[in-house]
Amino acid sequence: MKIKSTEIDDTFAEAFKMFGSRIIITAETKEWATAAAQSITGFATSVIGCKCEAGIETEILPENSPDQRHGVSVLFFAMDSQNLGKRLVERIGQCVMTCPSTSCYNGIDNGNEVVVGGQLRYFGDGHQISKKILNKRLWRIPVMDGEFLVDDIFKVKEAVGGGNILIMAKDQNTGLKAAKSAVKAMREIQNIILPFPNGVVRSGSKVGSKYKALIASTNDAYCPTLSGVVEKTEIKEGVNCVLEIVIDGLELEDVEQAMRVGVEAAIKPGVKKISAGNYGGGLGQYQIHLHKLLAKGEK
Amino acid sequence: MPLHLKLHTQPEVPLEADCICPDKIQSLKDSEISSMIVFHGNRQVKLGEFFDCKGAFDGEIIIDGDLNNVKHIGASMTFGKIIVEGNIGLHTGAAMQGGEIIIEGNASDWLAAEMQGGKITVKGNAGHMTGSGYRGSTVGMQGGEIFIHGNVKNETGHVMRRGLIVIGGDSGDFTGVNMLAGTIIVLGSMGIRTGAGMRRGSIICFNEAEILPTFMRNCEYQPSFIKFYINYLEKNGFSIDSSYTNGTFERWSGDSVELNRGEILLSTKKSK
Repeated sequence: MKIKSTEIDDTFAEAFKMFGSRIIITAETKEWATAAAQSITGFATSVIGCKCEAGIETEILPENSPDQRHGVSVLFFAMDSQNLGKRLVERIGQCVMTCPSTSCYNGIDNGNEVVVGGQLRYFGDGHQISKKILNKRLWRIPVMDGEFLVDDIFKVKEAVGGGNILIMAKDQNTGLKAAKSAVKAMREIQNIILPFPNGVVRSGSKVGSKYKALIASTNDAYCPTLSGVVEKTEIKEGVNCVLEIVIDGLELEDVEQAMRVGVEAAIKPGVKKISAGNYGGGLGQYQIHLHKLLAKGEK
Repeated sequence: MPLHLKLHTQPEVPLEADCICPDKIQSLKDSEISSMIVFHGNRQVKLGEFFDCKGAFDGEIIIDGDLNNVKHIGASMTFGKIIVEGNIGLHTGAAMQGGEIIIEGNASDWLAAEMQGGKITVKGNAGHMTGSGYRGSTVGMQGGEIFIHGNVKNETGHVMRRGLIVIGGDSGDFTGVNMLAGTIIVLGSMGIRTGAGMRRGSIICFNEAEILPTFMRNCEYQPSFIKFYINYLEKNGFSIDSSYTNGTFERWSGDSVELNRGEILLSTKKSK
């Protein structure tokens, strides 16, 4: 399939079943809420090295936030709910509780329960106070600017991680511009995040390595500098830069929609090909085919 | 269709009608309801001697008439709904565990004493000992919600351990006396000796109050959690000035003659 001058590869993105959670961070000002959100989503690009993947989903206006203050919603993903619960406790404790004026609330109605505020409360050293309202328990933990308010229980649900598109461009500048357009379009979709810096990753990985200690290593088939070196390369004539956008979402439909709008936005002069990463279909639970996606979009 | 009970004869002495409760009526045939036994003073009589019973019980009971002399309505109820179209007597909803009672008029003393769950709304005023423990009890209200749109008298929430009491008007003396935990919100003014002997729990007042010398002033701040209560109160028909939502509160901790883990939060915005 070719759209304008860009070829759309007849392949699929191999996505995985993960567990996801949404947290709502509020603060006195948008700046403080954003500061906490940026802090909590730091070093959370890939489960391979960071134990979880996280990103800012959207800004929440005071009229829609749980406590009528400025808010930011953040999505978290990990391979199992227990692990995700641990990450929430660590990161809310270190990145939100520490940030002036913030409060932190669960943002999902249904799913498995993980105790977060119920563990963080011990920081209060016995001075913490619980309040039960609207069938949920909140913990008030005394801190130096007043109180940190946090939900006792957060919910985690089955989600989808690892949706992706690969933008193969004639040069880095073209690749960056296409990726930027794709990210902008994808960020309009709710329930998803793009966990890498500015939503884009250049160091795509393959499973395994020649070094036994490593579980993943550079995706040499997509490295332009290795196109003449490796046995199997995906770099075609005229491609000198490949950028990947990874999508995690709470629902498969949202990941698919984000991929579709991302592909459409990335079609630009100089973008030779758009593809998707997979492991032959043997690892992930979901296969998101690019051609089917685009056909769905046309309907 | 709900069950309608209408008081046709005013009792000369208090009528103990704890049988007017969904739990006790649900298994009866319609014809058996008026034969339920109530105590008129120390004399056993049939409910029908005082009430006309119409309709069929479908989980809801509507009671009409001046019930100032009728006690224990809805006591220990676990489900269903009771709507009282006028005033009601002592011990209404005592030890209630679930369901809802709505009182269109005023409630007398011991409303929701030792309540464990459910919801009571009083559109008028309530008497002494609302949501309290009985004399000798170490624990009073253990759950549920009481919304009083008018005023209450003394010792509201005595030895309260859990739950929420909201007073739209003023509360009398000893609000939250010996409180163990839970939340009391007073939108009007409070009498003297608020929170005397309290161990834990929160008493929130939207006006100035006289604080016992055994309480220590901590600070003035904006507690985020109060916004949740304000939202909730508005949903339950209370009208609250929007300036309170982001207002500051003085925090007093006490009672230092006890555990000293309780708190009184007083709005610094003086509305009166």
